Amino acid sequence: MKLITAIIKPYRLDEVKTALQEMGVDGLTVTEASGYGRQRGHTEVYRGAEYRVDLVPKVRIDVVVEDADADAVIDAVVRAAQTGKIGDGKVWSVPVETVVRVRTGERGPDAL
Amino acid sequence: MTLAAAHIDTGDTAWLLAATALVLLMTPGLALFYGGMVRTKSVLNMLMMSFVSIALVTVVWLACGYSLAFGDDVADGLIGGLHQAGMAGLGPSDVHGTVPTLLFATFQLTFAIITAALISGAVADRAKFGAWLVFVPVWALLVYVPVAHWVWGPGGWIGQHLHALDFAGGLPVEITSGASGLALCLVLGPRLGFKKDAMRPHNLPMVMLGAGLLWFGWFGFNAGSAMGATGLAAAAFLNTLAAGCTGLLGWLFVEHKRDGHPTTLGAASGAVAGLVAITPSCGTVSLLGALVVGLAAGVVCSYAVGWKFKLNYDDSLDVVGVHLVGGIVGTLLIGLFAEKAMTGGAEGLLYGGGLAPLGRQLLAVAAVAVYAFAVTYGLGKLLDKVMGLRASEEQEHTGLDLTVHAETAYDHGVLGHGAPVGASSFVPTAQKVNTQA
Repeated sequence: MKLITAIIKPYRLDEVKTALQEMGVDGLTVTEASGYGRQRGHTEVYRGAEYRVDLVPKVRIDVVVEDADADAVIDAVVRAAQTGKIGDGKVWSVPVETVVRVRTGERGPDAL
Repeated sequence: MTLAAAHIDTGDTAWLLAATALVLLMTPGLALFYGGMVRTKSVLNMLMMSFVSIALVTVVWLACGYSLAFGDDVADGLIGGLHQAGMAGLGPSDVHGTVPTLLFATFQLTFAIITAALISGAVADRAKFGAWLVFVPVWALLVYVPVAHWVWGPGGWIGQHLHALDFAGGLPVEITSGASGLALCLVLGPRLGFKKDAMRPHNLPMVMLGAGLLWFGWFGFNAGSAMGATGLAAAAFLNTLAAGCTGLLGWLFVEHKRDGHPTTLGAASGAVAGLVAITPSCGTVSLLGALVVGLAAGVVCSYAVGWKFKLNYDDSLDVVGVHLVGGIVGTLLIGLFAEKAMTGGAEGLLYGGGLAPLGRQLLAVAAVAVYAFAVTYGLGKLLDKVMGLRASEEQEHTGLDLTVHAETAYDHGVLGHGAPVGASSFVPTAQKVNTQA
C-alpha cells in the first residue's frame, strides 16, 4: 500500500475530490495547511506598510491506496489540481506497512 | 451671561439629548475600530481600554472634571473653579444656553471619554492594564479638562482671549489625544517585534464596522456642538458628511498611486481622517472649505501614518498620524476657510480675513500640542516609575487577552469547528474554590 499526500491550492479541492471519487477511492483525509514552495508568499499592504506573508494557505490531502492504484491516483490528483500557474503544489507517496479498520479490526488492503 | 431669564428650548434639548447618545456610541465604535486592527491575542484588551474609559472618565468628570472645565474661571483663563464639584447645586431646572445644564455637562462628558479612549491606540498590545486604569482619570483631569477650559470654558484663554476658533474639538479632542498618544508610546517603547514581525489587522470587517459607528456618532459630535437644533447644526452636519467623503477618496487616491491597491483599511482611515479634520472646522467653514479640509486630511494623513517607521516610534494604530496630524490640518485650515456666514464675524485668509486668523490658529495648535505632550510624558514617566506602565514580556508575547483578562476572543478550531474535544474542560467556580481550600 502507498500513502499519497497532496498539497494543493484550496480552490482545487472539489475537483480533486471528485476525480478521486470517480476512480473509486473510498476515503481521504483533508487538512488545512500553510506553507510555501518556490513561489514563496505574497505581499499585503496596511496603511502603506508592506508585509511579506511567507506562508500561503494550502489544503493537504492524505489517501492510502493499493500499490497497483498508486500511479493512477497520483496522475488523477495532478490533473485535477493543475492550473499551470505557480503555487499549484506537490504530490508524493510513501510505502505503508499496515492499515487497520478500527470498527472491524480488518488489516491490510481489506481495510481500505 | 445672558440678562434674559434662562429658558429651556425643547427643540434644542431634544437634539442635544440625541446628540449626546450619538457621541457616547463613538467610544464602543472606536473600540471596534481599534480592536480589528490589533492581532487576535490582544483584541479584548483593546476593547477593554475603551470601555473602561467610559466608566473612569464619567466618575472623575462628575466628581470635579466638569466644574474645573466649565465652572467659572479662577486663573486667568487657565482653569475653572470647584464650585460645581460633585455637580453641586445643579438640578433639572438649571439652564445652560437653551438646554438643561445637566445635559450640557453630559454632552461634554462624552467628548472627554472618547478623547481618553483614543490614546489607547498608541499603546496597543503592551500597556499594563492596571496602569491604564490609573492613567485615564488622572490624564483626563490634568490634560483634557484644562484644554477644554481654555477653548470652551467661561473666560478660557484660547476661546475668549486669543479668539482662536474650534467648533467641536480639534484642540481638546484631536490634538490632545494625538500629542498624548505620541508621548505615551515614547515612554512605553515599541511593541516586541516592531518593524520585524508582520502585525496585520486581524479583523478588517470589525474595523469597517467601527469606522461606520464613528461616522454615525460624529454627526452628534459635530452638529451637536451647535448646542441647538439650528441652521448652524445643519451646516455642520453637512460639512461633516462632506469631509468624511473627501477624506476617504483622498486616502484611496494616494493608495492607488503609491501602493497599487485601494484597501478597506485605507477607506476607513481616510474617512476618519476627514472627520477628524472637519471637527474643529465644521461650524466655521463653507461647504467648499469642508470638501478641501477632508481631502487635505485624507492625503496628508495617508503619508503621516508612515512616519513612525522612519522615526522609530511605535504609535501602533496611528493616533499621531490620523488624530494629531488631521487635527492640526483641520484647525489650521480654519485660518483659510472661515466664512462669515458660519462664524458670525471672523473670516479666513481666502475670504479677506488676512493672515491674523491663521496666526491665532497656529498659536492655539502649538500651545495645546506642547502642553498635552509635556504633561502626558511626565505623567507616563511617573506612573512607569511608581507602578510600571508596560506589561511583562511574557504577557505581551502570549497576548494580553489570556494573561490579563483570562479570556480569548476566538475559539480557533480545525476547519471551522470548535476546539478539539478534550482540549479544554469546564471547571465550575465552586469546585475550583473547594479544590483550592
